[in-house]
Amino acid sequence: MAESNKISVRNLNFYYGKFHALKNVNLDIADKRVTAFIGPSGCGKSTLLRTFNRMYQLYPNLRAEGEIILDGENILDPKMDLNLLRARVGMVFQKPTPFPMSIYDNIAFGIKLYERVGKSELNDRVEWALQKAALWNEVKDKLDQAGTSLSGGQQQRLCIARGIAVRPEVLLLDEPCSALDPISTARIEELIHELKNDYTIVIVTHNMQQAARVSDYTAYMYLGELIEIGDTDTMFTKPQRRETEDYITGKFG
Amino acid sequence: MSDTPQTQPRNLQAIMDLVFRNTTKLFAFLVFGVLFGILITLLLASLPALKTFGFHFFTNDAWNPVTVEFGAMVPIYGTLVTSVIAMLIGIPVSFGIALFITELTPAWLKRPLGIAIELLAGIPSIIYGMWGLFVFAPWFADNLEPWINDHMGNWPLVGQFFQGPPMGIGMLTASFILAIMVIPFISSVMRDVFEVVPPMLKESAYGLGATTWEVVWNVVLPYTKVGVVGGVMLGLGRALGETMAVTFVIGNAHEFSTSLLMPGNTISSALANEFTEAVGDIYSSSLITLGMMLFVITFIVLALAKLLLIKLASKEGKQA
Repeated sequence: MAESNKISVRNLNFYYGKFHALKNVNLDIADKRVTAFIGPSGCGKSTLLRTFNRMYQLYPNLRAEGEIILDGENILDPKMDLNLLRARVGMVFQKPTPFPMSIYDNIAFGIKLYERVGKSELNDRVEWALQKAALWNEVKDKLDQAGTSLSGGQQQRLCIARGIAVRPEVLLLDEPCSALDPISTARIEELIHELKNDYTIVIVTHNMQQAARVSDYTAYMYLGELIEIGDTDTMFTKPQRRETEDYITGKFG
Repeated sequence: MSDTPQTQPRNLQAIMDLVFRNTTKLFAFLVFGVLFGILITLLLASLPALKTFGFHFFTNDAWNPVTVEFGAMVPIYGTLVTSVIAMLIGIPVSFGIALFITELTPAWLKRPLGIAIELLAGIPSIIYGMWGLFVFAPWFADNLEPWINDHMGNWPLVGQFFQGPPMGIGMLTASFILAIMVIPFISSVMRDVFEVVPPMLKESAYGLGATTWEVVWNVVLPYTKVGVVGGVMLGLGRALGETMAVTFVIGNAHEFSTSLLMPGNTISSALANEFTEAVGDIYSSSLITLGMMLFVITFIVLALAKLLLIKLASKEGKQA
């Protein structure tokens, strides 16, 4: 099946002040697939991820050049409405970050930002998002409890539910399991499998087994450069480039 | 373990530990000692006035040293009103300053702004008082008070608060000076607590498409509520107890008036003005009773702050 691209990155350069963090990166992210970014610490994989929703814009002296085309639209265009972009491109972080409010409000918060919905519709959306994130059965009787009262794994699924509640098109996962135990990690990975039916998912991970398990495509980055991208099975069995092989086989990194 | 030279230092360590623990305990209990000491002194010294006037002391607006008739109503009213108005002005402005510094300001402006606020906080209150009396009050009388008279004096219900001669000094002037004095306190505390919000938490909210206002109002503020309420209480405490600056600009009149433009009095400015001339047991005892009222007001305010925090916490969902 011919796959369409959701995001196309063209000649992307990124700078932290004077530091050149991403060097001429070109790649495509396939629609409704999982793409994993792997590479050693500091290789720029998180930086690349954070250009997709222009999160870097919150901080001074950070700057991106080039093009990132999302559905035919260059999101690096200064005229781009950042809030709308971020509503379309959701993000989940290394550590769970529940808002200081109830479980229900954690989900409802994002929905209410962009939509006028009635009470019952809001209830349905909250339930839908929690179902999608495989959390509903654990929290349906305590929606009024604080989001912070959940366990770490549950909190991270709450954050994923919060992210999909606003119905984004793309979901960015920045090492979503790095603070979780193996059982919670397995649950999140299962969840990623299910979510890719509806969303384009980009995941940054330190864990190569995780990349191999969850992704359809894998990109290997090193020192700000994209070394290689390909479908995950090929990347992990016979990578084209020597550097990728060294990293994957653990000779380095 | 038994025969070695180790036993000696071990015993010494145990003794040092004991001494240390008890010294810190002593220091901590000194807090209770001082608190109760002050309370008992205030109570005993205020007994003569309370015996003479009874509960009427708190509702009586007379203050007449000649006929030895004293009532606390005017200074209590003045203290509460000036502090409340100061907070009404001070809290939103401080919130705006803290928000701007933490979320919106360009990097090069961040430090100068922060330092300026800390410098403002360090200005002695008598300077604020002098500035208030010689600079602010005349300007206020010439420019703002006539406007307030004309435009707010005819409002239904609250109009009477804004009618009166534009004298410059008065309760509203004191409230403004107090507001200026509490803003550096509240805004620097707010800024400090806003800065410790994990960037990832803010990014999560921005990541959903929230605007800066939505992030600050819905995420940053609830996350930092204990610190923010603490900062507000610090400011309120300063406003309630501020003596010098208020004494300069409030007019020190023991005369009840609904108009905020009229001179009034606060507990602390009455104490500062009159302690030296308080002749007779009842007069000085009345002043001490006023002091005790300030103590009581502060206590009630702190209790209300605790209640507020409990209420706010329940809004964030029950803790399991």
